[in-house]
Amino acid sequence: MISIQNEDFSLGDEYTAIRRRAGDAGAIVTFTGLVREVYGDGSTAGAVQSLTLEHYPGMTEKCLKDIQHKAEQRWPLLATRIIHRVGELTSCDQIVLVATASAHRHAAFESAQFIMDYLKSEAPFWKKQKSEHGSSWIESRDTDKAALDRWQKP
Amino acid sequence: MLSIQYFASIRETLDRNVEQLELPRNVTSVQMLIDHLLIANPHFEAVFKESSRSKGSKVLVAVNQTIVGRNHPLSENDEVAFFPPMTGG
Repeated sequence: MISIQNEDFSLGDEYTAIRRRAGDAGAIVTFTGLVREVYGDGSTAGAVQSLTLEHYPGMTEKCLKDIQHKAEQRWPLLATRIIHRVGELTSCDQIVLVATASAHRHAAFESAQFIMDYLKSEAPFWKKQKSEHGSSWIESRDTDKAALDRWQKP
Repeated sequence: MLSIQYFASIRETLDRNVEQLELPRNVTSVQMLIDHLLIANPHFEAVFKESSRSKGSKVLVAVNQTIVGRNHPLSENDEVAFFPPMTGG
């Protein structure tokens, strides 16, 4: 199940829902991404006043479905849940939720990480931060690309 | 009609988010479209000309919502989008 939304989400409600959907799961992993209080480094570092998330409607849903499908092909998952917020957020807000359910923990842990790694580099979302130094688009990091590459090794 | 969408920093630099374009007959690939846009709008150089772009910035292109390379063929009614590397999550 995939949602792109402006509204916040309740981790408790989502956990209850995926637990119900997953039937005989032995493991559920949930990951929540939050807006940090400080973005950037060096002279550009500053307390975040707001973080705006833009996305490409249509392609975003398509990419997330594709990522979810890839995870389901790779691990025996009983249920998955992805929520990504868009619009204007402030520090400490929740941005993203990934939950995976499987019979055993390894599949649940690994698939949740796999979905997050793919989401960061392949789903069309962009973050713009506003701090005391003004507004700037957050740049992609090589470490995110490296995180993705490790899943592609044979 | 070809639809072209721009996102994030590229949308801001070009000051436009979407445009429709009658696909010229001699434009059959993504690279040809970029060349065509550069001639029509010289200020697009800030985004599409490697020498004018700020260091490390990259332009990705999607055709019909799938990321493709510069040699990807284009046809009438395609949905093209230009955007920087993604930073979600």
